Amino acid sequence: MSGRANVLFDAPGPRARLRNNALTLVAAIVLIGLAYFVYARFDERGQWRWEIWQPFVEADTWVNFIIPGLIGTLKAAALGAVFALLFGAVFGLARLSDHRWIRVPAGVVVEVFRAIPLLLLIFFVFYLAPSLFGGGDYTLMAVVIGLTLYNGSVLAEVVRAGVLSVPRGQSEAAYAIGLRKTGVMTLVLLPQAITAMMPAIVSQLVVLLKDTALGYIIAYVDLLNMGFKIIPANHFGSLVPAAIVIGIIYIGLNALLSALATWLERRSRRSRKTSARPVAPPTAIPSAAGPSLPD
Amino acid sequence: MNELIEYGPALWEGFVQNLKLSAVCAIMALVLGTVLVSMRVSPTPVLRAAGAAYVNIVRNTPLTLVLAFSALGLSDQVGLVFSDDPAINGFWLVALGLSLYTATFVCEALRAGINTVPFGQAEAARAIGLTFFQSLTLIILPQAFRAVVAPLGSVMIAMIKNTTVAVAAGYLADVAFVMKDTFDTTGVSIPIFLGIVVAFMAVTLPIGFLTGWLSRRLAVAR
Repeated sequence: MSGRANVLFDAPGPRARLRNNALTLVAAIVLIGLAYFVYARFDERGQWRWEIWQPFVEADTWVNFIIPGLIGTLKAAALGAVFALLFGAVFGLARLSDHRWIRVPAGVVVEVFRAIPLLLLIFFVFYLAPSLFGGGDYTLMAVVIGLTLYNGSVLAEVVRAGVLSVPRGQSEAAYAIGLRKTGVMTLVLLPQAITAMMPAIVSQLVVLLKDTALGYIIAYVDLLNMGFKIIPANHFGSLVPAAIVIGIIYIGLNALLSALATWLERRSRRSRKTSARPVAPPTAIPSAAGPSLPD
Repeated sequence: MNELIEYGPALWEGFVQNLKLSAVCAIMALVLGTVLVSMRVSPTPVLRAAGAAYVNIVRNTPLTLVLAFSALGLSDQVGLVFSDDPAINGFWLVALGLSLYTATFVCEALRAGINTVPFGQAEAARAIGLTFFQSLTLIILPQAFRAVVAPLGSVMIAMIKNTTVAVAAGYLADVAFVMKDTFDTTGVSIPIFLGIVVAFMAVTLPIGFLTGWLSRRLAVAR
């Protein structure tokens, strides 16, 4: 990807090199200036004082706040991921059904839940649950159900695209040797489709992990809530340091998952276990294909 | 149904805030995203690195964190204040955070678009003596934009849905907050929820269709 961008400019000659060096210098000065401006502004407001950063080198803060918060985030993400995968598998396959009365309702469900802003869904479940089940703490449930319905709908599309990406000849051959519909799906199509879907599924899980942070708004005790509400309440003025620390944790987690997705994609691209091409991640751009040409 | 009619005007006022936020963020995110993608393909390593670092950091941060930080961190702690009126200040903090966040997705979409422009185009641009900036603005970006109209539409739809997260920045006027506030008094109300969902779909579905249609119309025939 980055290799191709280089075609925009030639190997620089002496004048271009001079110009590039000048540009580099100017850019560096501007960026350093910007960074210094931010640093100075924070400094002026006393955000680099040791007292407010000190809690983060103490084990107590980690044991009592950050790690429990991280567990809350991971718990919501793990539950959401499992249910979303189930939801996605069921509705993705239902959309491929030969029966119209299964295919159409499944399609409507998937399209509607994909179009609803996730936060509204979470609010709705959060207020609906007490009137159905009585009082209690429904924050985790609201987050998990919201994540399941939204990400499940996106994953349903991934599943559908994955199954459709297996070449027609595979299912034709399977029917030819006498397999029934269930056999074709479970023995031939799905095993190949899953390899093709893996990268897209993992990138969607990154989105799911990021979206667990919405739980903060309904006071679910996750990493974000610890960072923005509970740590500043216990260590006065530590909001900015806490935000930076938990930001790094989120970025690290997501970067790890993204790296896994890239690795899986590269692996499945050269895999010979499947004849299907990898499915493009739903959040990423249907890029490499480019504009669809009239055919 | 009665609740929807009774609280309709208040909810509509909230939804108008979401629309206003969307309009402001769409413009700022598109401009900033274009600047970022220009940085990422520029011949200057410092700019390339800065663009890549920004995109990878912001894209992997939850939007809730970005918005909460812009209100609680930047505004309350660091003193970034747009206006003394908390409503106006909140609006611009959300607009700032959401634009900074969405710009990274615009940048990635455009970068994918640049990759669809064939080598020959950039080579021809160089051959007739265009500088990097000229070939980017006259040859590459126009074709890249046309290639990613549909993905940019998806980014914009996601951004419109994300305006509901404004609550995280303490901006208590958008439709998500009005809905929550209404539920606090009336209890959960299915008509109100469905009404808001329909309102969002009435905005996002046409954008999806429009950008899909545009992308077919504008596709560069190769």
